[in-house]
Amino acid sequence: MSSILNTWPWYITGPLIGLFVPFLLVVSNKLLGISSSFQHICSIVLNTKKFSVSGYNAASNRWKFLFVIGILLGGLFCKVLLTNPGTTFLPENYYTAKGLTLLFAGGFLVGFGTRYANGCTSGHSISGISTFQLSGLIATVSFFIGGLIYTHFLFSLFN
Amino acid sequence: MKDIKFILSGIVFGVILTKADVISWFRIHDMFLFKEAHMYLIICSAIATAAVSVLLIKYFKIKSLDKKEIVIEKKILNKGTIIGGGAFGLGWAITGACPGPIFAQIGFGEWPAIVTLIGAVLGAYSYSVTKSKLPH
Repeated sequence: MSSILNTWPWYITGPLIGLFVPFLLVVSNKLLGISSSFQHICSIVLNTKKFSVSGYNAASNRWKFLFVIGILLGGLFCKVLLTNPGTTFLPENYYTAKGLTLLFAGGFLVGFGTRYANGCTSGHSISGISTFQLSGLIATVSFFIGGLIYTHFLFSLFN
Repeated sequence: MKDIKFILSGIVFGVILTKADVISWFRIHDMFLFKEAHMYLIICSAIATAAVSVLLIKYFKIKSLDKKEIVIEKKILNKGTIIGGGAFGLGWAITGACPGPIFAQIGFGEWPAIVTLIGAVLGAYSYSVTKSKLPH
């Protein structure tokens, strides 16, 4: 009983994540992707008409907004029923003013970068590569270059 | 009913992301430090599973539930793929969250992730208004 509360092994979770690609294709002819949901939130917060001018198709991305609401509820479900008490996912120093500033900057890069690149880890790395698209591979290499630069060269400056 | 389907599948996806630990800043940090194989094994096995499934869909000409031909969206490849991808990589390493996990972190009660989300929405907005001036 205790093992289900621990981290599930990669050979269960990895394939399950991968199965969402055929699942969404068969169920609704959609390619798994998440970062467009940020634009959908923009289009809800701002005037939708104004936002549609910039080339954003709200109708075709509405499902991603519903999907991320589900992800949030999934996180809540795990917190309440499926995790050992005391489990944390963010370092303590992110609970300070300096940490929050860093998270804001990082979040901005995530939103800006994924839209500029037209996809994130799900849309490019998983959906893109698994459907044999060169852009998925190039994007994934770029994600890692960015991540390696921060972790190896910039991390020590900010922490 | 159509909406419920996406919310329910999102819940399952959120549970898997959370239990896989891919929403953990510590796991992302260790991945970029090459300290452990966990994240690499998850990403690679996810891609492999998805690729085999997509090949099967193509080989057996499987139709979607509404009996239409399955069409795979073409992902654009341009300068943005590299520049934007690099920017996202920096953000991923800082926040310990790619877009899906941001929502799972919030649901899990890691409230600073709300700030990550606000940043991400503003970032997406900034892109949409500066798009025409950026190299593509």
